[in-house]
This record gives sequence, C-alpha cells and structure tokens, in this order.
Amino acid sequence: MLDLAVAYNRYRFLGDEFLTWLWFLIETDQNAFKAIDPDCSALEIGNRIVLENRKTKSVERITIKGDNAGLEEGRLALKKGALLTELSLIFKTGEHQCEFCIKGESLNLSNLKTPGPTLPQSPEEMEGFLLDKTEQLDKILKFMEIIFKTFICARVSNKWSTKMVPSVKKWIRSVAV
Amino acid sequence: MGLLSSAVSITRYRVEGKIASAVTQAVANGLKKNAISEIDAEAVEKSVGWTSFGSPFQPSFEENSFAFGNLFVFSLRIDRKSIPAKLLKKHVTLETSKRLEKTRRRFLSKDEKQVLKDKVTADLAMRVPSTPNVYDLVWNYEKFDVYFFSNLRSSNEELESLFKRSFNLSLIRVFPYTAADLLSGLSDQERDILLGLSPTQFSD
Repeated sequence: MLDLAVAYNRYRFLGDEFLTWLWFLIETDQNAFKAIDPDCSALEIGNRIVLENRKTKSVERITIKGDNAGLEEGRLALKKGALLTELSLIFKTGEHQCEFCIKGESLNLSNLKTPGPTLPQSPEEMEGFLLDKTEQLDKILKFMEIIFKTFICARVSNKWSTKMVPSVKKWIRSVAV
Repeated sequence: MGLLSSAVSITRYRVEGKIASAVTQAVANGLKKNAISEIDAEAVEKSVGWTSFGSPFQPSFEENSFAFGNLFVFSLRIDRKSIPAKLLKKHVTLETSKRLEKTRRRFLSKDEKQVLKDKVTADLAMRVPSTPNVYDLVWNYEKFDVYFFSNLRSSNEELESLFKRSFNLSLIRVFPYTAADLLSGLSDQERDILLGLSPTQFSD
C-alpha cells in the first residue's frame, strides 16, 4: 500500500468525484439506494452543500446552506467545473430519518443524528444503549461504504468513461438554471 | 460530541492485525498501562491517555467497564494547560526586574532570558489547572472496525500513536484511497487501475 499521507492528498479527488456522482444518483436513480438497503425509502440532499472549483486560478468555494435553500447555484457551479466537497444527506426509512454531513476528502461523517435510542437512565441500561446506538451508526456507515464501493467499482471500470461520465455530463447540462 | 450526544462526528478506522490470545485481558492491560495521568500538580503542559467511557475523570478498566457485548468502548483523554500569553509576559517581566536588581545589571543575555522564561512557564504550569477533552471510541474487535468520535486532526493523530503503543496494532484511517483499497473488494488488476487514476472532468 502507498504511504498514507501521500495517498490522502494524491487521491482526494476521488472523494469529491464520489460526492458529485452521489448527487447525480440521488436525482436520477433512487432505486439504487433501496437495492443497497431495503429499509431506505429515500436518500435526499440535506441543508448544506459545499462545492470547490479548482479549474480557476484560485480555488473558488461555493457554500449553500439553509433548510429550503435552492441548489441552482450549485448546479451552475457544476457546469463551470466545480465538484462537491461536502454534502449534507438525509437517510429516510418508513418511520425515521438520519441526518449527517459527509466530507469528500476524508469521508468523515459529522453532525450525525440518529432517531434513538433514548439515553440510559441507569448503569444497567448502558450496555443496551451502546449496542443499539452502535447498530444505528453501523447501518449508516455500512450504507455509505456500499455506495462508495459501487462508485469505486464503476470508477475503475471501462464503463466510467464510456457510460457514466457522459451520463453525468448530460445530467449537468440538462439542469435548468 | 461523544457517543451520548444527539449528534456525533465519526472518523472510521480499520485495525491492522490481531491480538494473539486473551483479547479482553490484553486490551485491559493496554488501557491500564496507558491510562491518563493527572498533571494538575506537575510542571507538565499536556497529558494523553485512555480513560473510561462511563467515568472519564475516574478511570477504571475492570472488564465490565469497557467490554459491552462484542464491543470495546472507552475514551481518549487529552489534558492541556494553556497559559495565557499576557500572564506569561507579566511574570517574565517581574522576574526579569527582580533578577536585574539582584545582580545590579542593566541587561540579561539571550540565554539567561530563555532560561528565565522556561522557569516561569514551568512555575505557572504548576499553578494552572489542565482542561480535559474526552473523545469516545468504539472498537468492534471481530470486524476490525474502530469508530472514533472526533474529526479533529490533532485528536486523531494522538489516537493513532496511543493505540499502536497500547495494543501493538496499527489503525488505518478510512479515506477515499484506503476505502477503495481495503474495503471495496477490488481485484489486483482493478487496484492497478486505481493507482493510475487521474481526475475526471464532468464539465464541458
């Protein structure tokens, strides 16, 4: 394996491409998420996205935040060559939803809110709480791991340049601004 | 934002290697050997060590305090003393005046100034209490997974070195390249392609 510090910087673009591809998938193929986790009724964009355009002389950063913020500026930035670097997501099941933010360069999750469990009221309840909480976190982390795996398998295949990239480009062009 | 918080931040790690035998006992030994030490009455500015998840200010590593089902749950604690720059400057100035008066000189040499500053810093460090920061950790030993509840670079770096020192196991942070290489089940041929990838242009 490569030196990890070198690999972190050399391949950070993969994380930004992953988030950009994920936005495309959210808008074009919700069934993909149900196939990964049958409990998932929808995966939606949350209240914050960050894009960076490195094609310009200096790095241009666009942040869109707010519960009902329109994503038009983000779409325009994609057209100009920007990629997503941070993305807030809402994972919905029939009854509950989990919100979290994911960063492209590190795949770190932040502000992850799960629907439960309720805090333990006594030391005897601690083990049950920890196992339930970890199970909920596991569900989100494994879900994101499989989506990333789907992305990376496509990324190293011939289909990436022949099918996927043209599809994403078409989606970006088709977005009305 | 620890495990008990309503919102958490997670950095995910893959554990490289296994403990040879008596895993729980080996983990307990590693935790005890590298438990946080109190520095409030010492001239030390930083202390890093393990503490208990349930009682971070009174560490105890009995088996039932860190082993929950198939998980090990404990916390990293980093205690830091921060001496305000203005406070340091005040005491250095006062000590310098005293020294000059005592020696009947007008100036101190560069080396003397540094020695005096180090002494004042050490004296203040004895009197300033440390501020503790606690970061929880969940280790699923059988799945080689560690969830660390902080995204701060400094706390992650402390975790990586303390984990290695305590259990003789390396932690590999999961980021795009390592996720692709370790978790995605790529063939050798696909790994070679991964190594040669360059950025995609999605815009025309």
